[in-house]
Amino acid sequence: MSAVEVSHAVKRFGAVAALHDVSVDFADGEFFGLLGPSGSGKTTLLRAIAGFFELDAGDIRIGGVPVGDRPVHRREIGMVFQNYALFPHLTVRDNIGFGLAVRGRPRSEIDAEVKRMLALVQLSGLEARKPRQLSGGQQQRVALARALVTRPRVLLLDEPLGALDKRLRQEMQVELKQIQRRIGITTIFVTHDQEEALTLSDRIAILNEGRILQIGRPAEVYERPETAFAASFLGDANFLDGRVLDRGSVAVEGLGRIPVAGALPEAGATVRLAVRPEKFAIEPAGAGNANDANRIAGVVRGAIYSGTSITYRVELRAPAAGGEARTLTVFRQNLAAEPLAIGTAVELSWSSANTILLRS
Amino acid sequence: MTGGSAWGKWTVRGYLLLTLLFLYLPIVVMTLMAFNRSPLYQLPFEFDFVWFRALAGNDRLIQAGLNSVGLAAANMVVATGIGTLAAIALDRYRIRGKALLQILLFPPITIPWLIIGTSMLIFFFWIGIGRGLHAMLLGHVALSLPYVIVVVGARLKGGSHQLEEAAATLGATPWQAFWRVSLPVMAPGVVAAGLFAFAVSFDQFVISYFLAPPGVSTLPVEIYAAIRKGFTPEINAISALIILVSMGLMLVFARLYRFGGER
Repeated sequence: MSAVEVSHAVKRFGAVAALHDVSVDFADGEFFGLLGPSGSGKTTLLRAIAGFFELDAGDIRIGGVPVGDRPVHRREIGMVFQNYALFPHLTVRDNIGFGLAVRGRPRSEIDAEVKRMLALVQLSGLEARKPRQLSGGQQQRVALARALVTRPRVLLLDEPLGALDKRLRQEMQVELKQIQRRIGITTIFVTHDQEEALTLSDRIAILNEGRILQIGRPAEVYERPETAFAASFLGDANFLDGRVLDRGSVAVEGLGRIPVAGALPEAGATVRLAVRPEKFAIEPAGAGNANDANRIAGVVRGAIYSGTSITYRVELRAPAAGGEARTLTVFRQNLAAEPLAIGTAVELSWSSANTILLRS
Repeated sequence: MTGGSAWGKWTVRGYLLLTLLFLYLPIVVMTLMAFNRSPLYQLPFEFDFVWFRALAGNDRLIQAGLNSVGLAAANMVVATGIGTLAAIALDRYRIRGKALLQILLFPPITIPWLIIGTSMLIFFFWIGIGRGLHAMLLGHVALSLPYVIVVVGARLKGGSHQLEEAAATLGATPWQAFWRVSLPVMAPGVVAAGLFAFAVSFDQFVISYFLAPPGVSTLPVEIYAAIRKGFTPEINAISALIILVSMGLMLVFARLYRFGGER
């Protein structure tokens, strides 16, 4: 059963369509990432589910019940805001207990629940502190505990880790996922950080300009992006434009016949292919190790050393149709002691399984 | 600016000392003279409460003082109430011409009081409000509002709206969110604004002078009238009391406002 269903949601702010006929079902207990650049509508979608505004059209159900006419405080949601929005005048205990206090629960019950939540987020002993006396990571945990204490139907996270530094963010990612698994709550989170989306999500939706472009498991969306936008927003991609030759191959100017799996349009149609930078094998020309189906000759024009990997910019020997130079980005794990020097003639090869056919 | 040389450091300190002397020496002298027995400000200094005793028997000054305190208190309540609501509205809602509205708040602070007082007097007569304590209250409220809006607005800036949103996601009704979150968060700002409004009214001379009918006056107006007749240390005594109250308010305000600054 779907915990949250959004169907044909439309929201305009003035002339701008922030949500443009968006439909998505969030399954019970899943961790769902909404990924997109700023202005893509991901936050608008999250806030629509929370109920901060009414949709111009479309319908939202939480637990099967339409909530269009329910104000935020009656939607039984939990939300963690980007800057946490902790109540500065209340202690950690009263922040976490707030949701129960406004429901008029007895003091003893609130105390017990707060204690349970503090143990869950590993903050026991800090209940008397004020938010400003906590570190960023601790504030984040309080915000999470506060959102979960009322046992909401869905947990909404708005860039929950955006304000933390990188190391802390990675720790919190692991912890967030563990907590979510333990209590099994349906969680929808907004991020513009692709790595975060891949790490945390059971499923991802990629949004752009108020539309959902693709929904799928992280590996699906990463390995088989359907659009050029999805390919370049989630990860990096090299694009090759070509013309359909027959049912199983595409001609790319200067590179010859590239085998492509999947449903190609009729012969003669122009298509765009993508290959991820890490899918290439790169070696000096003539080394003779490459046995993949596709090979291209090129010259190293740039190399960026970043510890675990090296990013090469390889200019292809064969120019594009218009005659201008073409360069591909290639990632190579840092196995060899010496990176390839600039100017080295190289051969790139990749498996046909890694050629992605994009929808135009 | 770090003042590497000792010479530079002492120059800055000397400058600061001179500034403080310039500001406070007259006040200190005035206060001291309230405790001097001589009616002609003669030295040597002889400590005495004679002028405070005289003050206690001066019904005109006492009545003026009561008027001032009453007016300032009423002004505090009205201006803080209206100003706080205005500050919330300006913080919360998209209002057409909001920027212009906010700019329009400031000229009353910069326009000379003499001109504001004159225009109020003419306007109040023209629409039939006339003069009196009610007219003075109107004038003081109008004068205090910009201060209240600015002081409360500064406290609201930086996410009180989001705190209400957070409260709503936790199940708080709008009323609960306001009562349990917004109000306590902005309370220091509101109290500070109230003190400010009290002080603006209590210290106000020009507008009170213009709008006061014969027989009614406030402390500043009464002091002015007394000085015109002749200077006695009784004025020093009442001034010393006013200074005490003003400084007290100022300290409370500074303390609250420092709290208002941190989050």
